[in-house]
Parts: sequence; C-alpha cells; structure tokens
Amino acid sequence: MVKKEYMFYPGCTAESLASGSNYMTSVESMCEVLDIQLNEIPDWNCCGASVGYVGGSELPRLALNARNLAIAEQVHPEQDVVATCAACWLGARETRDRLEEDNELMRETNEALAEAGLKYEAKQKVRHMVEVLIEDFGYEELQRHVKKPLDGVKIAGYVGCQTNRPFGIEGESFENPKYLDKFVETMGAEPVEKYDKKVSCCGGGLAFSEPEKSQALIKDIIEAAYDGGADMIVTPCPVCQMNVEIYQDQINQKYQTKFKMPVVYYSTLMAVAYGKSAKQAALGTQIIRAKQLEDIAGRK
Amino acid sequence: MDDLNLAMRDRYRNNFLQEVEANVEEGEWAKMCMQCGVCSGSCPFGPHWDHPPQEIFMMIRANKREEVLSSTSMWLCTSCYNCIVRCPREIPITHIMHGLASYAQRLGLAPKEQPTRKFGLMFWDNIEKNGRVNESILGIKLYFMNGFKEGVKTAYKMAPVGWNMLRTKRFNPFALIPFLHKRCKKRSDIQAILRKAQQIENARTVRFGTAGG
Ligand code: SF4
Ligand code: SF4
Repeated sequence: MVKKEYMFYPGCTAESLASGSNYMTSVESMCEVLDIQLNEIPDWNCCGASVGYVGGSELPRLALNARNLAIAEQVHPEQDVVATCAACWLGARETRDRLEEDNELMRETNEALAEAGLKYEAKQKVRHMVEVLIEDFGYEELQRHVKKPLDGVKIAGYVGCQTNRPFGIEGESFENPKYLDKFVETMGAEPVEKYDKKVSCCGGGLAFSEPEKSQALIKDIIEAAYDGGADMIVTPCPVCQMNVEIYQDQINQKYQTKFKMPVVYYSTLMAVAYGKSAKQAALGTQIIRAKQLEDIAGRK
Repeated sequence: MDDLNLAMRDRYRNNFLQEVEANVEEGEWAKMCMQCGVCSGSCPFGPHWDHPPQEIFMMIRANKREEVLSSTSMWLCTSCYNCIVRCPREIPITHIMHGLASYAQRLGLAPKEQPTRKFGLMFWDNIEKNGRVNESILGIKLYFMNGFKEGVKTAYKMAPVGWNMLRTKRFNPFALIPFLHKRCKKRSDIQAILRKAQQIENARTVRFGTAGG
C-alpha cells in the first residue's frame, strides 16, 4: 500500500507531559507500521471540549474550531483532518457540519476568522483515527501486520461516549458498537462478550469538578469489566483512559474494592501486536501496568 | 450583567419559551419536547439533577424562568450525548442544556458555587490566554478554587494521583511557569477571533431580541 497522509489534530491531552502523551507515542508507533504520515496542523488550538460552553458561547466556540480547520485547509486542502481525541473530533466535526449546512453561521464565522486573515470553506472531511483504520485500511489489512498476536489476553472494549455519540462510526450502532471488540480480535486477543458498560459515561471532564459522582460511574465501568473476566480495558478516548485508570486507588478506598485494572488504548494493543517495544507502545506510562502486554512486547 | 437579566425579563415578560427560543443555543427546539422522559432516564448524573432534562423542558413551557436559570441541574451535564441519540424527537438536548447554562451565566443567574461552572470558566480562560489548555495548570488551580485551605486539603487528597501522573511523565510540574509549557504561537490571532465572534453574537441577541419583543 502507498503511504497515506492526513492533516493531524493531536489536541491538548496529547502534548508532552500531559495525560494522553502515552496515546501519542503508541499512535506514532502504529502509524509507522501502517505507513501513515500525520501532518500536524500548524499552531492548532484547543477545541473547547465539553465544558468550553461555560465561558465560550456558540459562535466563539465555532470560530475556535474553525481556526484549526481553516489552517488545515490552507496547508493541505486535499487531505482529511484526523483527530485521535474524541472531544477534538467531536468539536471539529460538529463545527464543520454546522457551518457547511448553515450559510449564515459560516458567514459570521468567517467574519471572525478574517481578524486573523483566515477563511474557511469546509473542503475537508473531519475524521477520527478509528474511522481511518476501519475505512481506509479495514480489519484484514490491520491484521496483516500482526507479528505477535495477543494470545490469552481478555479485553473489555470500553467505547465510552464521544467516539460513539452523537456521530459514531459508520455502520455501528450507538447502543452496541462492535468495532473495538473487532480490533481486539484482530490483534489476537479475546474480547469480553456482552460488556454492558461499553458505552456508559465516565464523567468526562466533570471527573475534575464532580469527582465523587464521576467515580461512582467509573466504579461500575471497571466492575463490569471484572464481571466479564477482563484482564484489561481498552478505549479509543484519552479522557476515558485517564478517568478509568487513575482514580482506582481512591475508588478502592471509598468502596472497599480491590481494583487493579489496566486501561490501554487500541493503539497500545496494535503497537504491541505489531512487534513494537514496550517503550514504543508507551507501556511504561501505565499507572496500572499491563503486565501481559509487557511480557508479549519483551518476547523475541 | 444584572441589567441584561432585567432587560430580557421585561422584554419576554411571561413568555420564557420565547426567550429561550431567541437567546439560547438550539432553543427553538424546546417546544418540540413530548415529555416521554427518555432523556432523564439516560442521563448519567440524572439522579443528582434537581430537574432532569425532561422536567427542564416542562418548566420552560410553564414559565419558570428563575427556577430554570438558577438551577444547578444543567451544570451536571457530562456531554455524554445519550439523550441526543435516544430522543424520539431528535431534539439536540445536550446543546440546549449547555445553552441554558451559558445563558444563565451571561445573565448572572448561574449558581455561584457550582464546581463545573468554576471549572468551565478556568478552562475557557486558559484557552483565551494560551490557545491551548494545560491540564497541569488547570488541575492545580482547580484544587485551590475554593480557597487556599480547602486547596491544601484537596491537593493532599489528590497527591497520590498527582504523584502517579508525575511518575509516568503525564503531568508537568513546571506548567505554572509560562515559558515551560506549550502555548499557541499566534495567541493574539485567537484572541482577536474570539473577540470578534463574541461581538457578532452579542449584536445578534439584541437584534433578535428586539424583533421578538
Ligand atoms: S427524550 Fe426528547 S421528547 Fe423525550 S422528554 Fe426528553 S427531550 Fe422530551
Ligand atoms: S448529554 Fe448531558 S443532558 Fe444529555 S444525557 Fe448526557 S449528561 Fe444528560
């Protein structure tokens, strides 16, 4: 296959020394194997994720996202814009869709963008990395690169909210999307059947501002994974990954549970299955170590 | 902002639905609600809402302006989009909840101590200043949002989490020093865009407001 290129919107959580920096590392490793070139949008800004509405009303939020898209359009108008973060994808895609169908909003947004000499025309598609993998590669092609199948690892596919709603992945249902389970299978691991919390909410950004209420949700997400016999949880979202992984000690204290459930990204699984080292899969950045993956990555 | 509140209250006297339609994001959908309750049953923090979404829609029609706008309810929306994909009328409920919260905020009616309100304001402030959000700064500020004493307590409680993030290189201890974290280069561009967008929107509220009243 020939090299595929995309305009890339990494988002704030992917910055070095931020919570999702490990996502980036494994995505880079995965892309190397699949021969994907990600061209970062120059000087991209925040999407205003979830709670942006408090300080920023409708048009400022649209304009904020449109700035990224206008720059991307300037640099490589022929390439799709791809995001790895669920919130970034949602913010950018919603902006694109709304502006494309509403001429008045588009005109107003461009009036704001003109302050910085920019113009947006909604020429490019805005896609999630998961869509790229499924639609531009397909499961068979993804499997072709597997060097070390993840034999004997049982994984709960936690899709969460914003990679799934309101847009979702073409051909998947909102209530029971199967693509994450298929990724797990494709990499040679075993998906947890009927994981009933797969599309439940982890609290999202409100894990910061409403920790107790969010941790109650997170507890159920982890418990259901244990009930299904999972060794670890996999997710496509940096907010889900962080929320479900890092509060387990606090949850254990509060609810007398004994959770120690690793939470990884689809790209972590792929990097390991594609024969990358533990470092290239960012396994060292797990607060709860994914021992089985470390073992597989360490094997010759 | 109190004046705006009074102005809007007078302009839409006894017709809160019209006010919502004119001034709240996607507000023109509010009247479409058929009170089936699916949204309330789908909402992750639903049991904590004084008035879950279905009830909010009912209260809008019943003209309960102050009760709706000063409610903590909408502030508990996690942006999970469950309600949107399940509503039989395809009402953009999430946007309306955000819109109501944001409108209440503009009118000065939002509950002052609501933690997500404070968090959201810090978040947006971070965007306006830097173009990007730095979680490490935000996290530290958030601990101290209820004053220094509370902050020390929270920081202490959260210390193990913070240490874990630091240990795994997912937290930047130097983030509070402006030159040591990543910001957008063209911050002044972003500020100019946001300022202009806000101006356009404000002008629009007044325009529609006059037409509606
Ligand atoms: S799901 Fe839709 S129609 Fe039903 S109560 Fe909620 S907003 Fe109204
Ligand atoms: S999007 Fe908000 S209002 Fe709708 S179900 Fe989720 S939390 Fe509730």
